[in-house]
Amino acid sequence: MTERILRINMTTLSSAFEEVPAEWQGLGGRALTSTIVAKEVPPTCHPLGKHNKLVFAPGLLAGTPAAQSGRLSAGAKSPLTGTIKESNAGGTAAQSLARMRIKALIIEGAPTEDRFYGIRINKDDVTISEETELVGTGNYEVIKTLIKRIGQKVGVLAIGPVGEMRMSAANISVRDPDGNIRSHGRGGLGAVMGAKRVKYIAIDDTGGAGVEVKDPEKFKTAARAFAKAILEHPVSGEGLPTYGTNVLVNVLNEAGGLPTKNFRYGQFEGHDKISGETMRETIIQRGGKPKHGCHAGCIIQCSQVYCDKEGEYVTSGFEYETIWGIGANCCIDDLDIIAQADRVMDDIGIDSIESAVIMGVAMEADIIPFGDGPGVLKLLEEIRQGTPLGRILGNGAAAVGRAYGLTRVPVVKGQGIPAYDPRSVKGIGITYATSTQGADHTMGYAVATNILKVGGFIDPLKKEGQVELSRNLQIATAAIDSTGLCLFVAFPALDIPETMTAIIDMLNARYGTALVGDDVIALGKRVLKTEHAFNLAAGFTSADDRLPEFFEDDPCPPLNSTWTFTGEEIDEFWNF
Amino acid sequence: MRITIKLFATFRIGRFAEVTRDYPAGTRIADIIGELHIPEKEVGMIMLNNRHAEPDQELHDGDSLALFPLVGGG
Ligand code: SF4
Repeated sequence: MTERILRINMTTLSSAFEEVPAEWQGLGGRALTSTIVAKEVPPTCHPLGKHNKLVFAPGLLAGTPAAQSGRLSAGAKSPLTGTIKESNAGGTAAQSLARMRIKALIIEGAPTEDRFYGIRINKDDVTISEETELVGTGNYEVIKTLIKRIGQKVGVLAIGPVGEMRMSAANISVRDPDGNIRSHGRGGLGAVMGAKRVKYIAIDDTGGAGVEVKDPEKFKTAARAFAKAILEHPVSGEGLPTYGTNVLVNVLNEAGGLPTKNFRYGQFEGHDKISGETMRETIIQRGGKPKHGCHAGCIIQCSQVYCDKEGEYVTSGFEYETIWGIGANCCIDDLDIIAQADRVMDDIGIDSIESAVIMGVAMEADIIPFGDGPGVLKLLEEIRQGTPLGRILGNGAAAVGRAYGLTRVPVVKGQGIPAYDPRSVKGIGITYATSTQGADHTMGYAVATNILKVGGFIDPLKKEGQVELSRNLQIATAAIDSTGLCLFVAFPALDIPETMTAIIDMLNARYGTALVGDDVIALGKRVLKTEHAFNLAAGFTSADDRLPEFFEDDPCPPLNSTWTFTGEEIDEFWNF
Repeated sequence: MRITIKLFATFRIGRFAEVTRDYPAGTRIADIIGELHIPEKEVGMIMLNNRHAEPDQELHDGDSLALFPLVGGG
């Protein structure tokens, strides 16, 4: 059986399996979602209207035994930024779709009546039925109920109340192997799903044909070399599994780039209390799990299970960006409150990074004071309820800034700036400015080379080399996001040359192709250019590739650095 | 001269998180790394007063030195 495209039309409530067009054959993950969105979605359409499409695609290596290969890409025109969007997440859905040989799932149209639907995908058929019981419920309840209804192994993509209410910061939740939650976080894709009135997609891969590997022997050898490189590199082999991503709190604090009090300072007094070191001790003391994978086949295991004082599960996938955001950015030095907030955000279905920036701006607006942990939980409750204030908050940091007449609003193209101050980590500032998707550190993680000294070193405080660094990283990232590999394979890939060779060998063994390194780079470039062209056609110009002006005007202590790139210097980015 | 030394992640195990000690003038970063029995190749990042530094740099009174193993996230 060959691979297929599954198209679901929510206007007619019908579905069809289609052949994969020739030009989509070599694509997967982000390359495929962005190509489909660029081809089928009118760039000027309303993101919440019937002309937008929500596309899911497993990466090129999904469903194979390759380590780290279980990431699922989701794409659409973003209601938060108005740009094209790709957001990827772990969980079990990518592997299940791949096993049923579904290369992409396209959800189009929208029902005319205000009813919600549940979609159930089996290997050869799709059922779309009205859902009443789960409307208004949180993601934990949705996953629990679907496991009860369908079975222990069901894959789930779902939205919470925030997505149902079509707020621009809504995310899409993906169940992980333990029945917990991972998220397609950024860009408000949950609102697109809500606009299509899809509460959940349940995936049951029973009887799926499995993934065909053209040359299994070659694949095995390459997969082994790949796993070896991952385990050999100190970051992926030791740092990430030991401390998770939250080790970065102390790193960024030392480097003066930990945005604090809504991007006023680069250091936070309470940093040690919310650091990865403290978190690890707390987790071990309380009987949680310091390491944990977001999908089967993850050998890095940067995730963890965080419990409360009584040893009860609170949250997993508790990441640096969330802890920075509800922590330092809001001046809250209490990990337990941050963990509670993380759980609520997963449950109501809102992006934790956007929420962190939202809360910082809400404190700037004096809705609650800086440092008010219980206040954050109260505001999240307003969002869950959809009160008028809750809806302003749930529409993103930019919306809150406008509603309260503020200028210190850290967003690019309407999307909240994450956990690295661009004044003190200039390479990541270039990524925020130029990314096709608004401010997003994962699009070109210059922090690696600016701060962590992975892949060489480029001084974070100087302008030299940053544009080129960000460009190279954004190209490589677009390619990795297309393979479906977790982005953390970039750490070994930047330092150990065999990593990239192994990835290319796996692709060739899987598809019977003869790709070389340059083809992968070419794929990355093509993805970026496709996305950029979509944005230009949607009305964006280079004037949108800029950081908020307060980064130029206000020095960031303790280094007192400012953002000094000219527009011309930033625009060099697109010269490739 | 008074130097504050901060250790992070695995470097803390069996050592300390932060101390301030006296050192003779002319002490270099590498001397302190050696004194702490940290193999130099395990050092991922050295920050001196919030800026990246190299092992052969000399320290001055009041300096704050931070040592990290290779770590990452994102
Ligand atoms: S390293 Fe972390 S993000 Fe990557 S696959 Fe594993 S748990 Fe998921």
